[in-house]
Amino acid sequence: MTTTAHHPRTTPEIGGLGHSRRRVEDARFIEGRGNYVDDIELPGMLYMAIHRSPIAHGRILSIDTSEAEAVEGVLAVVTGELLAQYNLAWMPTLSGDTQAVLATDKVRFQGQEVAAVIATDRYIAEDAAELVQVEYEDLEAIVTPQRALDEDAPLIRDDKEDQESNLCYTWESGDKAAVEAAFSEAAKVVSLETFYPRSHPAPLETCGIVADVDSATGQATLYMTSQAPHAHRTVFALVAGLPEQNIRIVSPDIGGGFGNKVPVYPGYVVATAASLVIGKPVKWVESRTENLISTGFARDYYMKGELAVDDDGKILALKVDMLSDQGAFFADAQPTKFRAGLFHIVTGSYDYPAAYVSTRGAYTNKAPGGVAYRCSFRVTEASYMIERLVQNAAYEIGMDPAEFRAKNFIKPEQFPYATPTGFVYDSGDYEKAMRLAMDMVGYDEVQKEKEEARHEGRLVGIGMASFTEVVGAGHGEDYDILGLKMFDSAELRVHPTGKAILKLGVRSQGQGHETTFAQIVAEELGIPASDVKVVEGDTDNTPYGLGTYASRSTPVAGAATAMISRKLRDKAKKIAAHLLEASEDDLEWEPGKFSVAGDPDSSVTIQDVAFAAYTNPPPDMEAGLEGVNYYDPPNMTYPFGTYIVVVEVDPGSGQWKVRRMVAVDDCGVRINPMVVEGQIHGGLAEGYAMSSMQYITFDDLGNCIGSNFSDYLIPTAWETPRFELGETVTPSPHHPIGAKGVGESATVGSPAAFVNAVIDALWHLGVKNIDMPVSSDRVWAAMKEATSG
Amino acid sequence: MKITVTVNGTEHSPDVEPRLLLVDFLRSTLKLTGTHIGCDTTSCGVCTVLVDGTPVKSCTYFAVQANGRSITTVEGLKQNGQLAPIQEAFKEHHGLQCGFCTPAMMLVGSALIEENPNPSEDDVRWAISGNLCRCTGYMNIVKSIQAAAETTRQGASS
Repeated sequence: MTTTAHHPRTTPEIGGLGHSRRRVEDARFIEGRGNYVDDIELPGMLYMAIHRSPIAHGRILSIDTSEAEAVEGVLAVVTGELLAQYNLAWMPTLSGDTQAVLATDKVRFQGQEVAAVIATDRYIAEDAAELVQVEYEDLEAIVTPQRALDEDAPLIRDDKEDQESNLCYTWESGDKAAVEAAFSEAAKVVSLETFYPRSHPAPLETCGIVADVDSATGQATLYMTSQAPHAHRTVFALVAGLPEQNIRIVSPDIGGGFGNKVPVYPGYVVATAASLVIGKPVKWVESRTENLISTGFARDYYMKGELAVDDDGKILALKVDMLSDQGAFFADAQPTKFRAGLFHIVTGSYDYPAAYVSTRGAYTNKAPGGVAYRCSFRVTEASYMIERLVQNAAYEIGMDPAEFRAKNFIKPEQFPYATPTGFVYDSGDYEKAMRLAMDMVGYDEVQKEKEEARHEGRLVGIGMASFTEVVGAGHGEDYDILGLKMFDSAELRVHPTGKAILKLGVRSQGQGHETTFAQIVAEELGIPASDVKVVEGDTDNTPYGLGTYASRSTPVAGAATAMISRKLRDKAKKIAAHLLEASEDDLEWEPGKFSVAGDPDSSVTIQDVAFAAYTNPPPDMEAGLEGVNYYDPPNMTYPFGTYIVVVEVDPGSGQWKVRRMVAVDDCGVRINPMVVEGQIHGGLAEGYAMSSMQYITFDDLGNCIGSNFSDYLIPTAWETPRFELGETVTPSPHHPIGAKGVGESATVGSPAAFVNAVIDALWHLGVKNIDMPVSSDRVWAAMKEATSG
Repeated sequence: MKITVTVNGTEHSPDVEPRLLLVDFLRSTLKLTGTHIGCDTTSCGVCTVLVDGTPVKSCTYFAVQANGRSITTVEGLKQNGQLAPIQEAFKEHHGLQCGFCTPAMMLVGSALIEENPNPSEDDVRWAISGNLCRCTGYMNIVKSIQAAAETTRQGASS
C-alpha cells in the first residue's frame, strides 16, 4: 500500500492531484483585497462593545447603565435582563450545555459578557462600555478542577436544576478488568503524570460579526468569523427562533481559525438581537484581550498514564486517567457520544490488547471552550500522553526509544486495526516513517554526539514522537454535533463552456480550499483546475455541511467532491457515447477526454461534452451537467508520522535551542504538496509554541494571566526552529482519492517530540518530566532539584 | 485637528480627532482595509505600514503623528499595474495562508530589502520578528522575502 513519490496522473495544465499548483486565493490577499469581517461596512452600521466581568465568580447585585446610556452617540445598552424578555439570556453550546449570553444571575469567569453598548462609533461604544456600573457579591473563585470537585466547593452552575456538584461529565472507554489483569502480570509498570496546560488558538484575526437584520422582511444576514456557517445557522434558528430560511450566514475571508471560530459566542447573539431590535446593521469585533480571555480555549488536561510492559519490552496494556478543566460552561464542540472528544486515541501507534481510559471534566471559574485547537477533538492531549509515556518507558526498561517503538508498532499487515478503545485504524506503516525520519536526522550519529557532548559538560538531547491521529469525523452513525450527522457536501455545476463552479459546505480559513478542491475536480473530470471556481462560506449559496475543523475538509468534503465529479463523469460518458455514436462500453477515459477504444481519433473532450449537455443531450436524458453529493464517510482517517527533534540545553540557564527538527508525515495521497508542506510548517510552529512558551494560567482569584500578546507568548520567526520535512504515502483505503487530511498532524505530533528531546538531554541527571511549557526556568529548576538530592 | 498626510502617493488633508489611531484612519476613513488589526498592543504587527519607509505599527500610532509624512500600505505596493517583486514572491513561494499577516509581512520585507539587498536567513527572521504569523511557521515567508531580494537585485543590475 505504501508508495513514496508523487506521480501526477494529469498534466500541469489540468493540474490534478500531486501538482504544487500556486494558490488562487493569493491574488486578493497580496494586494490587501481580502474581505474579512472587520472589512465589511454597511450603510448606517452601528458598533457594539461589551462590558465584561472583572471578577471570576460573583453574584450580580445590580447593573446601572444610566451613565453609559447618557453618552452622546449611544443608542442602547443591552443587559441580560433585557435579553431574558426575548428568551435570549442563555444559549445552547455545541456540547449540549447552556451558556449565558449576558449574565443575569452570576458571573462565572473573568471576562464574562455582562452588558453590551450599541453606538454610532466604535470609540464611543468602547468608552460607554467602561461606564456600565455593576455591583457584585464576591464568591470563591475555583481555578482548578481538583478544587472544583471538593465536596465543599461552591456550586458554579447553580443555574442548572439537576446539577449538584461541579462535575461536568464522566466518560470511559476500554476494558478495565482486562487492563487490571495485564497490569498484575506485568514485569514493569511505568507511569507518568502530566498537565497539558490551557492554551488558546489565537488566530491573528479575532472573532466578530456584522449582523444585518432587515426589520421589514425579517431577513437576517450575518457576516461572521465562522468555521462552520451551516451549523451556526441552525444554532441561530434554534436560539433566536428565527425561521432558518431567513438566516443567511456569510463567512467571508477568515484570518485563521484553528478551532477558535467553531463555537457560537455571546457577542454574535447580542449583535444580532440588537440589529433586530434597532433595525440597523451592528458590527462587533473583539479586541485581542477579549479574544484571549473569553473565547474558546484549548487543552487544560491533567493526565496520568500507566504502561504495563513485559520482560522483552512488549507493551501489555495502557491505563489513563484524565481530569479536564472545562471552565464555566461546557462549550467544547464535541461529537455527542464522546464527552472527552476522541481522547481515547491515546493508545497511539502501538499494538496491545488492553486499554482503559477514564475521564472526568469539571466546571471551574474560567472561560469556557475546550475547543480542538488545531486538533481533532482532544487528540493532541492524547498523542502527547502516549508519546511522552513511551519514551519514559523505553528509558526505564533500558531500551532505545526508537527500538522500543519499533517493537510495539502496529504492523502494516495488521490494518485495518481495531484498537482496544474502539477505533479502527484504516492504514499505516509506522516503522517506515520512523526509519525515514531517523535516516534524515542521522539518528545514530546524533546519539554518538550526545555521549561525546556529555563528556564535555554539554547537554544534547534527541526526542521523537511517532503519532497516530484520528481525523475526518465522521460516520454519521457515531458522530454528530447536536444531532447533526457529521457528513459534508459538494455541489458541482459544469457550465456549457466547460468551466465549472464547486460549492462546498466547509469553510477555509487559510487552508487553500479554492486551490486544492479544484484540483480534485481536475483529477476526476479533466477540467483544468484553473477553470473551476470554488465557493464556500455562504449558507444561501452552498450545500449544507458541518464545517472545517478536526481536519475534516479533505476526508469528508474532499471525498464528496470526488464522488460528485465521478457521478458527473458517468453522465458525461453517456453524452460522449451519444456524440461519438458509439457504445458506452467502447469508450476509454483519460483525464479530460473520452475516445473510442482502438480509434483514438474518435474522441470528444470534457468541454465538448459539457456543451452538448446543454445543447445536444441524448434524447432520453435530462439536460445539464450538475449534481450534489452528501458524503458520509465509512470510517475516519488516521494520518501518522514521526517527528524527531535535537536540542541543546544550556546547563547554566536551562535555555534550550532546537538544532534540528525533522518531520516525516504520512497523510495519504497529497492533493497539493506545496499546500501540505505549508500546513505542516504551521502546525510544527504551533507545537513548538505550546512546548516552549505559549500557555494561559490564572491566579488564585481567577485573574487570567495571558490576556494579551505580551503575556501570552507566541513564537516569532526569531525563536521558531527551521523544519526539515519528509514523507511517506500510505493511502486511506476507504477515501475516494486516498487522502487523509493534514492540517493538524503537526500540532498533534510535535509537542511530545520537543519535550522528549529536552527530557532526553536531562534523563541521566534524573529528570523524568517537565510539564509544558518547558521554559528555561522550569528546566533549570528541574535540573537543580534532580542534582541536589 | 487638521493634518496633511500622503498615503500611497496621494495627499490627504483630513480633520481628525487627536485620539484617532493611524490604523483606523487608514481603514475607516480612507477605506484601505488591507492594513489589519490583530492585538491593539503593538505585539502582533499585522497593522504595520511604512512611515517614510520605516515599518511602524499603526495600532499604537496616532493619525496626527503622521502629519507631514508619507505612508505606504499594501495597496501601494503594486505600481503601474505591476505587482511588486515581494508580492510575486509571496505567491510563488507560498508565503501566505490565511492572508491576515501578509500585507504587513510584505511591507516589512520590502523595507528590509531596501536597506539590505542581500539579507541572510537570520537577517530576514530578525527583521520580521515583530510580526506574528499563526499559519506558516515562517518558513515560506523567509523564503519569499529572500526570493524577492534576489529578484530586486537582478532588476537593479540589469
